Amino acid sequence: MSRAIVLQSKGLHVEFGGVKAADGVDLDLHEGELASIIGPNGSGKTTFLNLCTGYVRPSKGEVIFAGKDLTRMPPRDITRLGVVRTFQLPQLFTEDTVIQNVLIALAARTGFWNLRSLDCPELRNEALEILSIFGQKEEAERYVYSLPEGVRKLVDIAVSMALSPTLLLMDEPTSGVSSSEKFEIMDILIPILRERKITALLVEHDMDLVTRYMDRVIVWNAGQVMADGAPDVVMRDERVLRDVVGVV
Amino acid sequence: MKSRFRAFVPPLIALVLISIAPLLFTSLRPLLLMSMSIALCAIGLLILLRAGQVSFGHALYFAIGAYVVAFGSRAGGMDLWVLLGLALICSVAAGALLGIILVRYRGIFYGMLNLAFSMLGYTVFLRAYSYTGGSDGVSVVSPSILGFSLDAYEFGWGLYYCAVALLALVFWIVHRYLHSPMGAALGAIKTNEVRLEYLGVSAYRVMFVAHVSAAGLAGLGGGLVALSTGHVTPDLAYWSLSAEFVFVAVLGGTANVVGALIGAVSFELIRGFASIYVGNAWQLILGTVLVFVVLFAPRGLWGVVQRMLSLRAKGEKL
Repeated sequence: MSRAIVLQSKGLHVEFGGVKAADGVDLDLHEGELASIIGPNGSGKTTFLNLCTGYVRPSKGEVIFAGKDLTRMPPRDITRLGVVRTFQLPQLFTEDTVIQNVLIALAARTGFWNLRSLDCPELRNEALEILSIFGQKEEAERYVYSLPEGVRKLVDIAVSMALSPTLLLMDEPTSGVSSSEKFEIMDILIPILRERKITALLVEHDMDLVTRYMDRVIVWNAGQVMADGAPDVVMRDERVLRDVVGVV
Repeated sequence: MKSRFRAFVPPLIALVLISIAPLLFTSLRPLLLMSMSIALCAIGLLILLRAGQVSFGHALYFAIGAYVVAFGSRAGGMDLWVLLGLALICSVAAGALLGIILVRYRGIFYGMLNLAFSMLGYTVFLRAYSYTGGSDGVSVVSPSILGFSLDAYEFGWGLYYCAVALLALVFWIVHRYLHSPMGAALGAIKTNEVRLEYLGVSAYRVMFVAHVSAAGLAGLGGGLVALSTGHVTPDLAYWSLSAEFVFVAVLGGTANVVGALIGAVSFELIRGFASIYVGNAWQLILGTVLVFVVLFAPRGLWGVVQRMLSLRAKGEKL
């Protein structure tokens, strides 16, 4: 039985200074699917995430999520619908502690505009629980600015998970960390995504990670989907091997 | 629970001290009352500073609060608390109206646009002579306090302890606000507004609440000043007074609401004594103090108090 469509982009088009970053992109993401976008630098991978999360507006086309067109919505409304994203560089509140970052995300999900203490036991316990899933409970009281990049990446993902996403869009979640840390991050992340049935779309460069963890690979080139399918099928495509894998 | 209790100790000590100070030094009462008025404005600025924003125009709301109290007292029949309530409502309304435009901006643009609006307000207060009395100002009629009509001496004391009660209430509400998600988001505005939006939170709304809260606090401060001096002039909206509020907030430190009171009392004491002993050079003394605070106590006087207390605690442990 085919799974329900969670996100659907129809004829997305945007260009920057004559360069087509999205050139009529039609793409469906299905419930619980773990997909990855690969492609050369500048091919429009991140732009697709930006188009889906209100960071960039398309000149044509639409992105449908939960029956709503996301392309005319501000990022906060898209997030509230359940579409959560991470950026290539971890986006955290650097002058706050790790747990405060998670607490703000939890408050954003459970009720923000009130005078209840952010550090109340219910929220604090839930924040510690999330951090412990990502192995960061010990770092809870550390300030974000003092954390190494790998830990920041995990905290950034933990903050996103605190929002209980339906769809998680991640821009290079393992960039800037050592190869052993990459696998550590994915070994923590993927079981959680599967367990919670979260649909995820990851922009990635590391082919080992893509083939090992993903259900589906979408190959991007010059703002278009060049190939799309299961990793073992796509990775045997000669065009992909020649034009993309060779330059990724 | 212990840490929550501990959080209330500094405000409690500050309130006890400011309550008994005029009983020991009666001549300081007007100065301390003025300090409490300025502290209310500085607490508002503290909220904005938490978001990394500075306003050089919140004297506008200070003046609005003062004029509302002046007009209300002249209309007659209104209690002190009703007048202060009206001052709060009108300054919040003005803050909300201007805030629709102002909170779209950040940094120097936010600061200077606030200044521009305050100078517009100053000009209106100055030129609307038939209503405001122009530069001559408007006198304030002493109202009743909780239904009691008091003579000038009793009113002075009554007003003072009403100000203490108001300050206690503001301490409690602002403490709760700063420890709520909205308060935590102020720091997020300072460090990563984009992330805040991607958490599903409107940064605009966070700043709007901060701006309007600061306006309301300035309005209350203005209302108190009107009642304590008995006279309101357009100078209360002048930009240099806004700068004084910023000065006091920085001097006291932004880590705790008590810092604003410490800053305001220190500011008024320095200004008071410097103007007695050094004549017209009191600004020079204040400027020098601020330079020293910025260089040697970047967390303000509250930071100095905190450091002294932690050193003492360490000494006791040793």
